[in-house]
Amino acid sequence: MRENVLEINNLKAYYKILKGDVKAVDGISFKIRRGEILGLAGESGCGKSTLASTLISLTPPLHYVSGEVKLIGKDIMKMKQNDFRKMRLENISVIPQYALDAFSPTKKIKTYISDIVKEHGITPDKNFFKKVEERFDLVNLEISTLDRYSIELSGGMKQRVIMVLSSILDPDLLIADEITSALDVSSQRFAANMLCNLRDEKIIGSSIFITHDLAILYQIADRIMIMYAGQFTEIGPTDEIVKNPKHPYTKALINSLPQVGIQYKDTVLKGIKGAPPSLLNIEEGCRFRFRCPYKTEQCEKTPVREKINDEHFVSCFRWKEIGSGNYE
Amino acid sequence: MNNVITKNETIMSVEGLTKNFKSGLINPKITVAAKNVSFELTPGKIISLVGESGSGKTTVGRLLLKLIQPTAGKIFYRGKDITQIKTRNEKISYYRKVQAVFQDPFASFNPLYKVDRVFNMIFENYLKDENNKKEKIEKALSEVHLNIERTLGKYPHQLSGGQLQRLLIARALLLDVDILIADELISMLDASTRIGVLNLLAEICEKKGMSIIFITHDLNLGYYISEETLIMYKGRLVEKGNTKKIYENPLHPYTKMLFKAVPEIGEKWDKDEDFFPEQVVNEVKNFYKANAKKGFVEVESNHSVLFSDD
Repeated sequence: MRENVLEINNLKAYYKILKGDVKAVDGISFKIRRGEILGLAGESGCGKSTLASTLISLTPPLHYVSGEVKLIGKDIMKMKQNDFRKMRLENISVIPQYALDAFSPTKKIKTYISDIVKEHGITPDKNFFKKVEERFDLVNLEISTLDRYSIELSGGMKQRVIMVLSSILDPDLLIADEITSALDVSSQRFAANMLCNLRDEKIIGSSIFITHDLAILYQIADRIMIMYAGQFTEIGPTDEIVKNPKHPYTKALINSLPQVGIQYKDTVLKGIKGAPPSLLNIEEGCRFRFRCPYKTEQCEKTPVREKINDEHFVSCFRWKEIGSGNYE
Repeated sequence: MNNVITKNETIMSVEGLTKNFKSGLINPKITVAAKNVSFELTPGKIISLVGESGSGKTTVGRLLLKLIQPTAGKIFYRGKDITQIKTRNEKISYYRKVQAVFQDPFASFNPLYKVDRVFNMIFENYLKDENNKKEKIEKALSEVHLNIERTLGKYPHQLSGGQLQRLLIARALLLDVDILIADELISMLDASTRIGVLNLLAEICEKKGMSIIFITHDLNLGYYISEETLIMYKGRLVEKGNTKKIYENPLHPYTKMLFKAVPEIGEKWDKDEDFFPEQVVNEVKNFYKANAKKGFVEVESNHSVLFSDD
């Protein structure tokens, strides 16, 4: 059994605003083992980025409500602010969405990197840059890139710099939030491959890969977790989730993906009718019930997480009955 | 401009369209955004224009919309070269028949006004004599499957991205356009809603005989919806023809690279294969060198490939 890098139990984190609570992360549990890439998928507003924020920086209006978050065995939610900050800098690294736009246009890449690592208490000396150069080589970036300005780099190159930078301290957990969605398909594949390489070379311990694109997750994730409107819906090994999904939402999501080989003329794919509910002061109950063709009265209660096998969990009352039936 | 065009006739034909952008006053640098782009469009057909960022696909869209003037080349719409039209009346009658929907639905609406404004502006600018405004709007909205009460009278922030895109398509339907240019129309929408908008486009195209130029970077979406595909690379059209033929048998190295990179469910990438997107530049060069054929050559019926870069 491999060590758990991250263990989350029934985590709740709400945005507390004047009108009430926006329940963006509501009862999420999962584990990440060392050497694993966990894909986290869902529509916009489903809470996937909020989950990442909860792990790194709980800034108001986002508040931790309850639950347990164990990073390498230590509960980070119960730690003092300073201890947490130290542990966070050492063990977690994050690539936020739109990191590509966060380069300073007036600084050379080298200066930019130095500034950032100084914040982590590391002196950017010769040895440090030797390491940077090795990593640049690993991602097929020329060393001369260090002396260039961010505007001179393409989107794909910037993303590589970001990935080198975020993994330079060999974090145990790398949270990658939509790192491929702003890229072209070719750079997308390269960035995704790179994340796998970083993991294979044991540079990063494990990774949460947040995206709305299931096709990319299918390529690189070991396991996939699906969220809907702040709630957990399903988690399992990639192949099982994609080929044998149990939750009606997962089914619908996978059935709505266009693939080469399917043309409108021959097969009309179906989307999911309606839109996700507002999470403000949302009541108990399965949040997918408003769009779910299988809903019954019992769905007014929040479904509990049920075990399908050791690796595969779902939270739906009717997953057994629905079986392999397709979403209508 | 209102003669009926039958299914197999060309409604728009683009010939040798070229656009150079100049930057800098001293020693101006010339960027070739589009070079020698030619294609034809027949009524009721969806043609997808696929390429990565910087390939010039949006430039082509903007040229077709007359938002910028081409450096060279001609665009014939119903037999008339629209690059030559100058007067306001001519432009208006062109825009009555050719409209566009862009990527960011939130940027297409003014947040200070209700969404109805886009319809009112259509009446003000193009359909001054229309009497049954309300009826027409209702018809257009029902055609894009939108609930009238839930959309009209709302502000843009009260609606979802998918709803806003549908409204913009309804706006084009009000005009009964011949050609709709959809530039990355659904790339900002969620997986569960994008397929609905995509189906809507295909449905409208079938029912109304409207032609759609579907600009996208997503090969899967292009395959799903379009009968014909144009692949663009560095401002050049490198491959064009029947969608199935191109997807089953891509010949240009750039097209091949694109297919290698596209993630597909059910088929995993080869992990041992080296994949460096930069290499495509050299591959394309070698391909041009190794081939005796010159220019755009039809390799099989309805499938052409670019064999040289001049």
